[in-house]
Amino acid sequence: MAEHRVCRVEELPEGGRRKVSVKGRDVALFNVRGELFAILDRCPHAGASLCDGQLTGLMHSEGPGDYRLTREGEILRCPWHRWEFDLRTGKSCAEPNRIFVRTYAVSVAGGGSVSPAEVAEAPAEQLETETFPVHVEGHWVVVEA
Amino acid sequence: MTELLERETRVDAAAGVIDCDIHPNPKGPHGVLPYLPERWQEHLKRFGSHYRQPFASSLPYPRFGDGNRLDTKLPDGGYGGSDLGFMQKQHLDGRGIAHGILQPLSPNAQSQRNLAYAAALSEAVNAWQLDAWVDPEPRLRASLVVPQEDAQASARMIEKNAGDRRFIQVALCPRAFEPLGRQRYWPIFDAAAEAGLPIGLHVGGFSGYADSGSGWASYYLEDHHSNTESMMALVTSLVLEGVFEAFPTLKIVLIEGGFVWLPSLAWRLDKHWKTLKAEVPHLRRAPSEYIRQHFWYTTQPIDEPAKPQHMRETMEWVGLDRILFSTDYPHWDYDDPATALNRIRLSAEERHGILRGNAQALFGFD
Repeated sequence: MAEHRVCRVEELPEGGRRKVSVKGRDVALFNVRGELFAILDRCPHAGASLCDGQLTGLMHSEGPGDYRLTREGEILRCPWHRWEFDLRTGKSCAEPNRIFVRTYAVSVAGGGSVSPAEVAEAPAEQLETETFPVHVEGHWVVVEA
Repeated sequence: MTELLERETRVDAAAGVIDCDIHPNPKGPHGVLPYLPERWQEHLKRFGSHYRQPFASSLPYPRFGDGNRLDTKLPDGGYGGSDLGFMQKQHLDGRGIAHGILQPLSPNAQSQRNLAYAAALSEAVNAWQLDAWVDPEPRLRASLVVPQEDAQASARMIEKNAGDRRFIQVALCPRAFEPLGRQRYWPIFDAAAEAGLPIGLHVGGFSGYADSGSGWASYYLEDHHSNTESMMALVTSLVLEGVFEAFPTLKIVLIEGGFVWLPSLAWRLDKHWKTLKAEVPHLRRAPSEYIRQHFWYTTQPIDEPAKPQHMRETMEWVGLDRILFSTDYPHWDYDDPATALNRIRLSAEERHGILRGNAQALFGFD
């Protein structure tokens, strides 16, 4: 896995987002409260650019009548059909157990990707997400891909 | 790390897609105002717009804020779908749309309680569609909005515009004040059949009744789904009232209401018709036969069954020649022509039919 310098730190301030190209593929970067996330810039459902999405929280419920908004800013909502993805794992919030999850030993990572082609051939099991480790080296934001 | 396969359906850019559901929005709340006669502008300012519903100025349910794809917002913050240049770049050029049919939803003229205002607003919305969209962009066609609760006025409006090919269909709201098959609406069907214009029924409208058959919904998910229920009631009414016996050339396009529920509806109607046909002696054929002959359906929001072959089988039952592609741009539940049909096993010919050929055969774009 190679390391790619994608932008300077000041170009991705807290609360910021940025679309960069890594090995010819678009990757969306987010700075959430100082923590950096990188995900493939393509929703697995219908191919929208996730960089245009909304950062929100995870709405959690233990049962009817119970609502809790957790993990503010760590859930990415697609700009088209509002499918939600966990920035840390790339897992879909609606069907996390049907989606292949990648984990990385790195401290900062995010995920979420897509391939309509996979969808074309079917199963939701193939709605894979792809996450990229991100870290800062001096003045540079570095994505490993 | 596993490399993901990246592949898209190739949309034949040269052939192009016919998008049967594009929503133009006025620039701001008063965007259509200049097209209203002064008398009705004054009326709107003093008395307002009144739909037949318990909510003065909102939809029964909020829709993700403004109801649009987030990326359709204009660079200046303007409402998605309200700028032709932006729509051309993002949607028509960006998605290879050869022809697009406008479905103006707001302001809604069809569901106005003041029928004279409904007629004036219909004329205004029609003039605005031509002036702001169709005349500057030849790929687009307008839907002729009519004051549907005044069938005679609607029929006159259809007759008056019948030869104008910029209007590709007559736009009615499926949630009418009464079930649409009833005879008080027949002058509209008569005029449309005479003019050779299909009736386009885009989900929506304000009937005065709760969206679901059992009262007001608690959730947007519940409300959104009730669109299919209203379409089922509509098909049933049109067939059983004998509309297609009276107007055998009438063509009906159901827009955004889905179609996978049709087999179940038709099977049940046929079954019970065999027992109860004495009640509807004006029907000469089984309900399913009228349905197969007179209806077309747009795709969006396309259902996504876990097993894609179920969609294929349903399409075969409904008729692969009856399915018309639509995106619903700029709304949030948009379908992209590059991905929406991907999971369904279709031959190149069938795919072309859905993306373009079926709509070309039905509407006859010049």
